[in-house]
Amino acid sequence: MTVTAAIVGSGNIGTDLLYKLLRSPVIEPRWMAGIDPESPGLRLAASHGLVTGTGGADWLLSQEPRPDLVFEATSAAVHRANAPRYAVAGIRAIDLTPAAVGPAVVPEVNLGEHRDAANVNLITCGGQATIPIVHAVSRVTPVSYAEIVASVASRSAGPGTRANIDEFTRTTSRGLETIGGAARGKAVIVLNPAEPPLIMRDTVFCAVSPDADQAAVTKSIVDRVSEISAYVPGYRLLDEPQYDPVGDQLRVGVFVEIEGAGDYLPKYAGNLDIMTAAATRVGEELAGSPDH
Amino acid sequence: MRNLLDLRITDSSLRDGSHAKRHQFTVDEVTAIVRALDDAGVPVIEVTHGDGLGGSTFTYGFSRTPEQELIAAAVATATRARIAFLMLPGVGVLDDIRAAAGNGASVCRIATHCTEADIAVQHFGIARDLGLETVGFLMMAHSRPPEALAEQARIMADAGCQCVYVVDSAGALVLDQVGDRVAALVAELGDDAQVGFHGHENLGLGVANSIIAYRAGAKQIDGSTRRFGAGAGNTPVEAFVGVCDKLGIRTGVDFFKIVDAAEDVVRPAMPGECKLDRMALIMGYAGVYSSFLTHAYTLAERYGVSGAEILVRAGERRLVGGQEDQLITIARELAAR
Repeated sequence: MTVTAAIVGSGNIGTDLLYKLLRSPVIEPRWMAGIDPESPGLRLAASHGLVTGTGGADWLLSQEPRPDLVFEATSAAVHRANAPRYAVAGIRAIDLTPAAVGPAVVPEVNLGEHRDAANVNLITCGGQATIPIVHAVSRVTPVSYAEIVASVASRSAGPGTRANIDEFTRTTSRGLETIGGAARGKAVIVLNPAEPPLIMRDTVFCAVSPDADQAAVTKSIVDRVSEISAYVPGYRLLDEPQYDPVGDQLRVGVFVEIEGAGDYLPKYAGNLDIMTAAATRVGEELAGSPDH
Repeated sequence: MRNLLDLRITDSSLRDGSHAKRHQFTVDEVTAIVRALDDAGVPVIEVTHGDGLGGSTFTYGFSRTPEQELIAAAVATATRARIAFLMLPGVGVLDDIRAAAGNGASVCRIATHCTEADIAVQHFGIARDLGLETVGFLMMAHSRPPEALAEQARIMADAGCQCVYVVDSAGALVLDQVGDRVAALVAELGDDAQVGFHGHENLGLGVANSIIAYRAGAKQIDGSTRRFGAGAGNTPVEAFVGVCDKLGIRTGVDFFKIVDAAEDVVRPAMPGECKLDRMALIMGYAGVYSSFLTHAYTLAERYGVSGAEILVRAGERRLVGGQEDQLITIARELAAR
């Protein structure tokens, strides 16, 4: 079954998402709404046969028929304003902003619990990259503490991320706990301006019992990485998981790199690619479930 | 009194020294050091985990004592000195700033890599709202030319930063390179904000660089008594005060008292002297973030590789402050050769 979709927001994220939706066997992107008539994203969408408008969500909601799904790639404030209107119109929303109106979802971890939700949120790029790893550890052995360091190229951190870096760290930390399954979570983000830009990297540390079954933990992580790489092809382990005693606990260290698909955004921007790839994956999952 | 000073010294031994101490400060050590520095007339004393508020982590090292307890103990001990703290947006969060302010700290120092000032805009705003004095740190300042640093300093000043520091995190800046950068910030900021300099000793130039910074218009200078800081340590406050005395630069710090504090109080709390050895020199020469030093030592031992080579590769990869996690990958690559 195919569902129709609209993208609201014609910036970098919305445009990169367009490429991914055009490849989806189950989602048919039909509309793209922006606000800037000069936006390259809108022109590109029009060239692919989408109906485009510059009136944002107002314009989209005036269209007939309406889309089944809307992907919001604007800002948290805009999505907070739009979300109730999508709900009233019966359009299910996949939110790529930090608005967190709906439940936070990570494909392969908790999407099944929220397949019928009217609105789902994709947390942060660092969260999409690391929460599944923490979950892969916590499904084998209890994780008392999880810590992640997300290193992203300065060029790929847009004004929204920069103005709200605190929101990034807090939201990601919370996701490590509520979805990853760690008793306590801590997220760090570092921007590196090196040229040529560095590919996104994430380090995940989990504190587990010294008696934990290391082979089982490693297998769970490797399995999870292959699941993620099915929808984010550039997601890979840089090394085998490292185990080090720290105090009276065992520290599991996992090192991943996310090379983007290079659709609209450059390949180093794995942080943005994983968001659009996860959004597509979530959309496909929602498409397969009945309307709420 | 403070207005009669030519520059204001901030002692960072209880923050930058936290790296050398591997973040193992006790309340007793902090209390003793604050008492001695305060008595010597040091006007500002910085107390925090080496990587700033919220830095107690696997990646940077866990604190033995929660830093907010150390800040509260420092505030309770100081009679004249103001207590400062450091925070890095992306590592700590706004609530950490609120907690430090609640514990009585009054100078909020916010650090970003020297190209990323705009990630601190939110934090300067909150700090000013809380009534804190604000300082901005442009870290790894050797990696960008003076004009580029001045542009970033403008972003901080416009966000509410009252003094922007040229921070030589790698101890890689040499003499006029400091003066040119400080002068560019002074020209850009005018009366909008002061300019400061934070030096490291990795090429043995902490005091000389700080004097040049002062002559270029810097009004705030960082040091650490007995050099107690990352890498080869920071500008030694006691030597800097002595040099200032001889040059007629008024710091308000008593030379003999700070010399005694260095020898009798600070040195006993140090795990060892901060040395200008091979590893430190490589950091200064290759432009490597000074706090990578202890991590390089640990990883060299864990994986049986050369710590010096870890640092050289960290420099080649242009790692910035906060990327200590990537040293593990470098060590693994060296081990696999």
